[in-house]
Amino acid sequence: MSDPTDLTLAEARDSLAAGALSAAELTEAHIRAVERARPLNAFITETPDLALDQARAADARRAKGDGRALDGLPIAIKDLFCTEGVATTAASHILNGFVPPYESTVTANLLGAGAVTLGKANLDEFAMGSSNETSYYGPVENPWRRKSDNRALVPGGSSGGSAAAVAARAALAAIGTDTGGSIRQPAAFCGIVGLKPTYGRCSRWGIVAFASSLDQAGPMTRTVRDAALLLTHMAGHDPKDSTSAPMAAPDFEAEMAGSVRGLRIGIPKEYRVDGMDGEISALWEKGAAWLRAAGAEIVEIKLPHTDYALPAYYIIAPAEASANLARYDGVRYALREQGEDLAAMYANTRGSGFGAEVRRRILIGTYVLSAGYYDAYYLKAQRVRSLIARDFETAFETVDAILTPTAPSAAFAAGEKSDDPIAMYLNDVLTVPASLAGLPGISVPGGLSADGLPLGLQVLGKPFDEATVLRVAGALEEAAGFDARPAFVAGGGA
Amino acid sequence: MSLIAGETGDWEVVLGLEVHAQIVSASKLFSGASTAFGADPNSQVSLVDAAMPGMLPVINAVCIEQAVRTGLGLNAEINLVSVFDRKNYFYPDLPQGYQISQFGQPIVGAGAIDIDLADGATRRVGITRLHLEQDAGKSLHDQHPDYTFVDLNRAGVALMEIVSEPDMRSAEEAGAYVRKLRSILRYLGSCDGNMEEGSLRCDVNVSVRRPGAALGTRCEIKNVNSIRFLQQAIAYEARRQIEILEGGGEIAQETRLFDPRSGETRTMRGKEEAHDYRYFPDPDLLPLELDPAWVEEIRAALPELPDAKKARFVDAYGITPYDGSVLVAERATADFYEAVAAGRDGKLAANWVVSELFGRLNKAGKSVTESPVSAAALGGLLDLIADGTISGRIAKDVFDEMFETGAGAAEIVEAKGLRQISDTGAIEAEIDKIVAANPDQAAQYREGGEKVIGWFVGQVMKATRGKANPKLVNELLRKKLDG
Repeated sequence: MSDPTDLTLAEARDSLAAGALSAAELTEAHIRAVERARPLNAFITETPDLALDQARAADARRAKGDGRALDGLPIAIKDLFCTEGVATTAASHILNGFVPPYESTVTANLLGAGAVTLGKANLDEFAMGSSNETSYYGPVENPWRRKSDNRALVPGGSSGGSAAAVAARAALAAIGTDTGGSIRQPAAFCGIVGLKPTYGRCSRWGIVAFASSLDQAGPMTRTVRDAALLLTHMAGHDPKDSTSAPMAAPDFEAEMAGSVRGLRIGIPKEYRVDGMDGEISALWEKGAAWLRAAGAEIVEIKLPHTDYALPAYYIIAPAEASANLARYDGVRYALREQGEDLAAMYANTRGSGFGAEVRRRILIGTYVLSAGYYDAYYLKAQRVRSLIARDFETAFETVDAILTPTAPSAAFAAGEKSDDPIAMYLNDVLTVPASLAGLPGISVPGGLSADGLPLGLQVLGKPFDEATVLRVAGALEEAAGFDARPAFVAGGGA
Repeated sequence: MSLIAGETGDWEVVLGLEVHAQIVSASKLFSGASTAFGADPNSQVSLVDAAMPGMLPVINAVCIEQAVRTGLGLNAEINLVSVFDRKNYFYPDLPQGYQISQFGQPIVGAGAIDIDLADGATRRVGITRLHLEQDAGKSLHDQHPDYTFVDLNRAGVALMEIVSEPDMRSAEEAGAYVRKLRSILRYLGSCDGNMEEGSLRCDVNVSVRRPGAALGTRCEIKNVNSIRFLQQAIAYEARRQIEILEGGGEIAQETRLFDPRSGETRTMRGKEEAHDYRYFPDPDLLPLELDPAWVEEIRAALPELPDAKKARFVDAYGITPYDGSVLVAERATADFYEAVAAGRDGKLAANWVVSELFGRLNKAGKSVTESPVSAAALGGLLDLIADGTISGRIAKDVFDEMFETGAGAAEIVEAKGLRQISDTGAIEAEIDKIVAANPDQAAQYREGGEKVIGWFVGQVMKATRGKANPKLVNELLRKKLDG
């Protein structure tokens, strides 16, 4: 039998169901892989004992004949989800020592379906970053290397630990969060599948908030089918989140079935941004050709306000963050740095608790909401957001899905962009528009660059039409036949 | 118009109030934690109230209903779409680092109420808006020499901020406004109006001007927690501003605090230190949309409010507008009065409730709901007056006894033999005796000394220990003396 860490989530499920493998064996193999993956720094907290307990409980359930949908499948949890009894850091020093007495709705759903949790995956601090270099717990390394040199590459961000763990076979799957591309871009950089569902599809309750109107949880997996499977058991209405859509989660694995024949796929010319690698453009064309060959109709569309999406995003997200992060004040929990008076205590706590990128965004957000600047920045950005949403609405009157690249480049080297925030923010240029419009989007590996790095294709869909997004992604996956493995693989070879 | 005389002429004071009214609800505005007053510190704090990471607010529908009911009671516009905003500032008793409030689009728009003044006149005061917001927790600075303690029980409790137009012109009017507002809120059941427990708190904006001149610069006095303090604060502040202006100075726009011990106001923070709250729509909450049919259901179920009740009392029972205002100020009083007045002489009932019952209750420090004499029992007493069993004078003695012992009127009248003597023969016998014994006074009457009749009545009443029917005594005396 092949190494269990090489199985897809769906294959592992089927193996467990068939009795070919026990949850304990599967989990032990992954615990070893997590240990071997330590050089990647993909995990902030490993929970092997908890995972084994969960696996044994899953085996016991299965023995009694009441196995659950995800029973015994080991996954990694981005450390932005609050997990009861397990330290939750958001990769920030300010949450030092914080152990939530509650479980986020999404992780509670997964645990309820029997999932095994291997640990808390590293991320950019408070999910603010596109390279996983802003974590207080150190950067994550991408398991892929270029052919041309051996420099460490970034895994993308902010769900960099989740992406690296899945790519390196240290977890069957992972969950991440996506605010402006934080699932899709690292998925592209690490050669895996990453799905950001429609805003409101998954509950935000218990996820450390970055930008409330944008944050959305989603699956990160090695196949499109696995993404569908995992999303099915993450999503659903939650009365504790007023922005959660009042609809049950369908069985996405069943819903994605079917061909793309007759679907109309839009190609937005505005996404041919300056500085996009030639290889990325070529892959995009290849993706369109694959879909055409599968029977879809390729249509040129216009999304005229695309250029304004990135600046609008970098006003709205920091504005919301500046308020969301105000609760970390040293008064009630986690880090407190004493001061001679209240103002000094606040300054010391927040000054030492937040890293430079988080402080930058809090300052930007505070600035754009200030008296005299609100109209020029925040209000205008909200208007842009409405225009972008309308662009998509208009486009979706004539197409069923939209195809674009996920990121303008392949993974870059550690340190390459960390001194230039604008260059870093440009990584999100292709993912941010759909975030502002609240639309579902997926990144699927489409192939390798000439230098041997994975490149992702992005499929965007109508609100709550993840099924079509998954179906189109599945067609791309099939045509691409992506089976390359990263330079570093933690699983197997015990 | 009530003007204040200064050294250099008259001044008019202009007042606008912001009243924070705590909503009556079992749980908080955005969490399920209890709102009960007086619990142990930090025993009523949910994860949401403590602003734990990842926690989200969910609107409590009861609080929305109370706000709509209140808006309707204030004759105000209900906004079918309203928005919750974040008001950002740091303070240890504000766990989120922002207060969820309504800034640009409040749930209730413009309205008005009529306030009742001591001379029986009414005056209309405009309501600018009513919006919903969360209360903060409480900082306790006196528990430890080096630390401030924080109690979050109150954090997240629903408040209605009710903002008036600058329509009041004296401390008396401001007091009448708060009393009227409190009365309406209590009728509606949307706020208990308890100022001692902090369920109703006032901020007052004070400015002065020459009569007819443009509005002066205002100062806001924060957190005044009784009507007496409100009036003291206004009196002090108006005088302070007049002195500054008459001395050639200018009023600095600022936020001030009232110190009840000194009776003075002092600077809390100036305009330069004013916060920039950076309001923006709370992305955790969707805009609040109300179904017009639901609003109409609430409107249809509104109780009769004080003004309507007063008008009905004046109309149906023939009482004075002044008595009407007194009787309707509290719903319990109005209900008590109506139970007494139903099927009886409404004016007599009003006199007894307002003068006799309230007088005794005030003295005993009791509220109408604690009255030892029930409405039915007082009605029974009035029935005995109406059917001539006892006189009005005896009735007061009987009422004293009722108030004292809780016994019924008929019972007391029987036990003490207070039944009025309406037997003509018995009264005539007494009259004969008294007239015979006082020939001088009788002569005086016959010579036109009309006033002497009163003296004779007194003598007869004295002889019968007050039990003789005074009307009958009067009649028979005249017959005897004239005849």
